[in-house]
Amino acid sequence: MSQRQIIQVFEQYQKSRMQFVQTVADLASRPINIEILQNAGVMSMLRPLLLDVVPSIQQTAALALGRLADHSDDLAEAVVKEDILPQLVQSLVSQNRFYKKAAAFVLRAVAKHSPELAQAVVACGGVGALVLCLEEFDPGVKEAATWALGYIARHNAMLSQSVVDAGAVPLLVLCLLEPEIALKRIAASTLSDICKHTPELAQTVVDTGAIAHLAQMILNPDAKLKRQVFSALSQISKHSVSLAEMVIEAEIFPAALASLRDQDEYVRKNVATLMREVVKHSPELSQLIINYGALSGVIDYVNDCRGNLRLPGIMMLGYVAAHSETLAMAVIISKGVPQLGLCLAEESEHHIKAATVWSIGQIGHHTPEHAKAVATAHLLPKLLELYMDASSSEDLQAKSKKALKSILQKCTHVPGLEPLLYDAPSNILKHVVCQFSKVLPHDSKARRLFVTSGGLKKVQEIEAEPGSALQEHINAINGCFPEELVRYYTPGYSEALLERLDNYQSA
Amino acid sequence: DMVELLKIGSEITEFPKELFYRNRFEDTRQRENQVATQIQSWFRACKVRAYLSHLHKKAIIIQKIWRGFTARARVRQMVKAAYFIMKMNFYEEMAVRIQRRWRGFFQRKYIHNFYARKSYLEGVAIKNILVRRKLDKLNEVQKRERDCRAMVKEQEGKVYQAQRLHHLMSTKQCPGVFNSPFRQAPHEMELLLRQVKYQVPTRLAPRGRVRPQGTPSPTNSRTCCSREPGEVWEQQVQCPDLMLSLQTSYTYLEEAQNQLQQQETVRVRTETHTVCTHNDTPTHKIMLQKSYHIH
Repeated sequence: MSQRQIIQVFEQYQKSRMQFVQTVADLASRPINIEILQNAGVMSMLRPLLLDVVPSIQQTAALALGRLADHSDDLAEAVVKEDILPQLVQSLVSQNRFYKKAAAFVLRAVAKHSPELAQAVVACGGVGALVLCLEEFDPGVKEAATWALGYIARHNAMLSQSVVDAGAVPLLVLCLLEPEIALKRIAASTLSDICKHTPELAQTVVDTGAIAHLAQMILNPDAKLKRQVFSALSQISKHSVSLAEMVIEAEIFPAALASLRDQDEYVRKNVATLMREVVKHSPELSQLIINYGALSGVIDYVNDCRGNLRLPGIMMLGYVAAHSETLAMAVIISKGVPQLGLCLAEESEHHIKAATVWSIGQIGHHTPEHAKAVATAHLLPKLLELYMDASSSEDLQAKSKKALKSILQKCTHVPGLEPLLYDAPSNILKHVVCQFSKVLPHDSKARRLFVTSGGLKKVQEIEAEPGSALQEHINAINGCFPEELVRYYTPGYSEALLERLDNYQSA
Repeated sequence: DMVELLKIGSEITEFPKELFYRNRFEDTRQRENQVATQIQSWFRACKVRAYLSHLHKKAIIIQKIWRGFTARARVRQMVKAAYFIMKMNFYEEMAVRIQRRWRGFFQRKYIHNFYARKSYLEGVAIKNILVRRKLDKLNEVQKRERDCRAMVKEQEGKVYQAQRLHHLMSTKQCPGVFNSPFRQAPHEMELLLRQVKYQVPTRLAPRGRVRPQGTPSPTNSRTCCSREPGEVWEQQVQCPDLMLSLQTSYTYLEEAQNQLQQQETVRVRTETHTVCTHNDTPTHKIMLQKSYHIH
């Protein structure tokens, strides 16, 4: 056999290996084929190819593995069980950039499914290797490594801590400064995943000066980048007042309001989330944000979107109103209350309704003015309805009861209180009647209105145990009116009159 | 002597009388002694009593004067204290009035300033309106930009179409599809066809082959900002043949062709040495054809 023929045998084998690996990689890109591949034992076939002599076969094998592991978590577990990860990690350090990309892809695909798998990736030194990849020049490698780190850090605080301990954060901040948009996106998303767990992690990220760079990227036209940037900023600011203040000091605010009208709905949602996280810490921060005119932006945002996207906007209004009555009045002036009423009517999910109800409670409970604003928007009967509705979740019922109580304790607006007389259960009713007993002794027009609209009649019909608070309030109300009027409206008065007629003997 | 005798005689007669006279009170001596003692004691008592009462009176006077003195001193002190307290109460009440007024003023002016609150709320409302207007304008500008870009893209698409459909342009003989005789004026596509200069369509596939490793192939490239992360990598894998040339240099193909040509020319030359020369040209042509085939 000539040398050429022997070499031809080897070349043929190499070609067939290459073809196998490429076909598997192509098939693995379609989810339907993956089960069949799995049953055919593709994992054990691919494993030796990872150590192949030809680099392109290694890379394609790694890519195929990555696609398989990406698809389902059993395959990812199989990758871990077959001890492929240590090999990958070791070769990650030495190989060229295409292999690094493929290997980072595999690590990402394994780590994304569950914290245990991510822990397995961390345990075989994956994090250190990925951080070394971050120091490469090629942006594709950095992107793959950053993505993998992001998926690892996403699961829980311990994993994020291990990512931070490996010194990834300064390198991630450097990635933010790179010109490639995809790399910026992924770096921002990874920073967001790291920061979201604990204040210490957020502080570590902030100490490397990430906020300034994130703030610069707000005006970038790319929508997905903006999503990640705002998400990162909101995860940083949610932990404590000082972090929120640092985020505000980066002067994002007038610019961020423009993003509230962005085309991409998730950008808007993340801006609203950022505002909510900043506002919830202290009244000064809320005032700062309101002074930029954020309230109109948020209310328009809540108006435009539907469903779960509304939630951060609604909660932001609630947090703002909760701090002080001036801020609550600012929310009322910006026409927040009718908007919240609309949300209550349009949304069907209970947790959104619960959030809306809570916000309304926060707005209304400060002073009679606020309670009047809530009452004139006809929200009190709606709150009562939500409380009484048996199909509401427990959380919704508890929140609507609390909101209703706190608003009622300040409400002196008689037309708003009246509808509540009719359907309310006794624990709500006693508050309503208590308010009436406070208002009616002083206001004659209200008394007239009370009588003509049938409120006095309803009050007489209420049965209360003598000596209870309810009875005392009823007596107080009855004391405001002349006795004939009270007697006229007591139930059974017509029968009593007829009885008198029967017993009457003309003198 | 007679005188003396008379004296003694008188004395003797006088003596019992004297004796008797001198001792006439003997029986009442004790009693009278007692009485005298009583009288003396009484008298002494009187003297002492008088002295004591004198002392008492004087003591009373002293005490009276002393007590009056101290009491007056105390009263003076009490009066001073009472006066002081009254003064303090008065001052305090005046101070309370001042503080009340001041605190009310201060709170109303600085802490719970009603007008500040009112103007703040008005300011918030105005700011909201302004921000809304600004955002609306921004929205409009962005929308216009987007529409503009969409229009430009559409126009570019049409121009590209026109470039490809050059053959549908109407000629003198035959009106084209877009220039139906039933129409009053030619369709815009027709006009576009007339405007656009014909370009030879460049074939896109061969361009990808000679690209060096590591750069994205233009067939799969879209605008940078819409590329998903990781897409670059995956797209490169879709041209797997390129991976093979990793091992080799950029000009591998050309070099191989050159090498083969050289080998063939060497072989031809060695062959022509042995074979007669008039077979050169056809074999050479065949060689050349073969080499074109390799290309």
